[in-house]
Amino acid sequence: MDDFIAARSQMALSLGFHIVFACIGMIMPFFMAVSHYKYLKTGNTTYRNITKAWSKGVAIFFATGAVSGTMLSFELGLLWPRFMLHAGPIFGMPFSLEGTAFFIEAIALGFYLYGWDRFNKWFHWITGVIVGVSGLASGILVVAANAWMNSPAGFDYADGRYLNIDPIAAMFNKAWFSQSLHMIIAAVAATGFAVAGVHALMVLRKKNVAFHTKAFRIAAVFACVAALLQPISGDHSAKDVAKRQPAKLAAMEAHFNTQTSAPLILGGLPDEKTGTVKYALEIPGGLSFLAHGNFKAEVTGLNAIQVQNRPPVAITHFAFQMMVGLGMFMCLVAVLYFIAIWKKRSWLQQGWLLKLFVICVPLGYLAVEAGWTVTEVGRQPWIMYGIMRTRDAVTPMPGVAYTFYVFTSIYLSLSLIVVFLLYRQVKMVPFLYDKP
Amino acid sequence: MLYVVMAFLWASILLYVIMGGADFGAGILEFFSTPNSKPKTQKILYEAIGPVWEANHMWLIIAIVILFVGFPSIYTTMSIYMHIPLAIMLIGIIARGTAFTFRHYDAVHDSMQRVYSKIFMYASVLTPFFLGIIAGGAVAGTIDTSANSYVSAYIFSWLGFFPVSVGFFTIAICGFMAAIFIIGETDNAGDKKRFTDKAKHFIIGALVLAVVVFIAAMVDGVPLSHWLFGNPISIACMSLAGVSLIWLWILLSRESTGPLRTIAGAQVTLLLVAITYEHYPVLINLKNAKGLSLIDAQGGPKTIMSLGIALLAGSGFILPFLYYLLYSFTNYERE
Ligand code: HDD
Ligand code: HEM
Ligand code: HEM
Repeated sequence: MDDFIAARSQMALSLGFHIVFACIGMIMPFFMAVSHYKYLKTGNTTYRNITKAWSKGVAIFFATGAVSGTMLSFELGLLWPRFMLHAGPIFGMPFSLEGTAFFIEAIALGFYLYGWDRFNKWFHWITGVIVGVSGLASGILVVAANAWMNSPAGFDYADGRYLNIDPIAAMFNKAWFSQSLHMIIAAVAATGFAVAGVHALMVLRKKNVAFHTKAFRIAAVFACVAALLQPISGDHSAKDVAKRQPAKLAAMEAHFNTQTSAPLILGGLPDEKTGTVKYALEIPGGLSFLAHGNFKAEVTGLNAIQVQNRPPVAITHFAFQMMVGLGMFMCLVAVLYFIAIWKKRSWLQQGWLLKLFVICVPLGYLAVEAGWTVTEVGRQPWIMYGIMRTRDAVTPMPGVAYTFYVFTSIYLSLSLIVVFLLYRQVKMVPFLYDKP
Repeated sequence: MLYVVMAFLWASILLYVIMGGADFGAGILEFFSTPNSKPKTQKILYEAIGPVWEANHMWLIIAIVILFVGFPSIYTTMSIYMHIPLAIMLIGIIARGTAFTFRHYDAVHDSMQRVYSKIFMYASVLTPFFLGIIAGGAVAGTIDTSANSYVSAYIFSWLGFFPVSVGFFTIAICGFMAAIFIIGETDNAGDKKRFTDKAKHFIIGALVLAVVVFIAAMVDGVPLSHWLFGNPISIACMSLAGVSLIWLWILLSRESTGPLRTIAGAQVTLLLVAITYEHYPVLINLKNAKGLSLIDAQGGPKTIMSLGIALLAGSGFILPFLYYLLYSFTNYERE
């Protein structure tokens, strides 16, 4: 394997792995806080059991997220030293703040997990909330750092030198808000559907119905609210991308030729050589409307971009379609759930609604991975958009392919173990939490 | 502000050596326990480090982030030439952290426990070993930025008698600190005696290995004795460390509790002061070239300024909270 491809694959793998755990570590504390709050208010021990069961999951995910994050902070240098040499002082600000947020999170988690019956109950509850809030802050900050790679800011670039560095301006780059907002909502939706779906499955199997129904409701509400908001935020992101990275937008939409009243292309197989898309469904004027809010507006196509600056079209387009498709499906499930709550309470008793949630278990995470593929692959060939090419950033050390193989096997085995552990957690619910 | 940032870098390295070290040491102690005493050791260790282990390892992250934000060329030089030991250390960190957590949170207790324990113990030995190699390699002057073969650029940058001996020394120090820490967490005379003996073994081990490190330094031409004894401050630190070691030994022999942890912490601090004082402001020594100094490598003025402010503000939040965590959970059983 080519070292450059190996480095990119290793980075993508590490991030794709980390993000799953990071999202869960960031969002689950809020579910726990709600359930814990209900327990403190009502004294219903089922809520306490749910909180405790969830907190074990969080401990597993949090530890895995923390160690994989530690890996990442080294990998940025191990794989992309020439990028970090210049970028570190510019986009490092959010990382140093993230360090603080994360430190607070680790401390608060220590209090929360080990503090049952040791502290004042509200102090204990608050430490749980702090875990969530600082996790959220880490998420926002780290995405702001990534946004900087899409939209470099906070320095002047002249003759290959980086002058007048201003890390604060770099942090508040043009992309930070739309990306962070979209990411946080995505994390809530993905985690919410995953958790709700697992509990829905248990309800369907008639196992500990009281426990799993309550757990399901908490997670489902979070998931559905987020799923409704996601397309709105996604539309905002797309308009943003159209302004700052026309090449990425064109690749996402497989839009080869600059034109007014550009059609929206659904599905299809983009062919980069001929610049056409086969077997696609076209909605006239759709892309112009989505990108610029006007059915007639002109949308930049890939032909306006120099060949060596074009991102891979097929991957970006496919990943984008996948994300949007999954997002629309989850949105639909959310609408059905809210109708069920407000108008048709009988639906809640019927299996099909729960089954829909079971189907959604992996979908949110698939959408997250697809979304990141859009963002990262769509930025290629740049590591720092318009300034530095990814190829120029890679480590000079030969043989990266071997570390890639090693890390791949580690991540694979870790994923398997985590799934195995969760399976055991769920299986043990009747024995651990069902004592009369 | 540059000095604030450097102070934070120094302090987070020190705290990582002490807290992270004791944490690795916990696994090392388990490694060196007899099969009979293992379960007991595991239980005590778990109670002592369970709530704090994630926080202990944050110091490494803080140090790395300070490096890549504030002193990027040092971070990237290390990343390029120490790629292999860094990657191995990362594997150790991943394996250890996850195995430790999985062992505790696995809902079913069966033969998997043995697997987790094995991974935890081996990784606890491997990780500090490579940390030591990296630290040793960074100062030994083995990094050759003009090397023209793979082996001399990426292997002999860290694989040498001196770095490896520092690696072994680091293992002994970690075990020593964990044993000292655990003595205060035990609740009966038998356990206390056991860990006191362990602490003594590790002290002897560390002393023997320190001699090996000196020999290795001589063989490899590393001016270690000049760093440690070449100026009054370092000499004073080394002598204080020596005297306090005797004091510690006496306390251990009398099985009195005394300020064991404080002394052990002070010794590590003194050692680090002694080494870094002569070195300052150079962090990495290169072969055939000037070392990389923190002052030359610093990022732009605004970067250093905002990094310093972030660190000051962050520690205002973190330190009280962290103190309360350590206060609440260590020694809990004794109250
Ligand atoms: C649950 C996950 C999820 C769902 C349902 C969606 N997205 Fe998304 N999307 C993400 C998860 C995500 C993400 C993983 O969180 C990304 C990657 C980078 C980022 O900031 O968010 C992302 C990126 C991303 C980008 C690129 C932003 C950039 O490069 O700066 C656009 C344009 C959209 N999304 C648009 C949408 C639209 C129109 C959706 C309609 C339903 C949608 N997303 C649903
Ligand atoms: C702060 C967050 C992130 C940073 C700093 C970051 C940085 C990088 C860097 C340096 C590369 C290598 C250069 C390149 O190929 O573009 C990369 C590639 C990549 N990253 Fe990200 N990334 C971040 C978030 C993510 C996340 C969360 C994912 C999740 C899946 C992701 C997916 C990828 C993929 C798929 C690639 C490979 C792109 C390709 O091969 O074309 N990234 N990222
Ligand atoms: C609660 C949420 C999260 C947790 C607990 C978490 C955990 C961690 C930890 C422990 C680190 C080590 C370095 C540091 O703290 O500075 C880290 C780094 C990193 N994380 Fe996460 N993370 C979270 C969210 C995210 C998200 C949402 C992304 C991707 C968009 C991400 C991408 C990264 C990257 C690229 C790094 C390496 C850069 C660095 O040194 O900070 N993280 N994360």
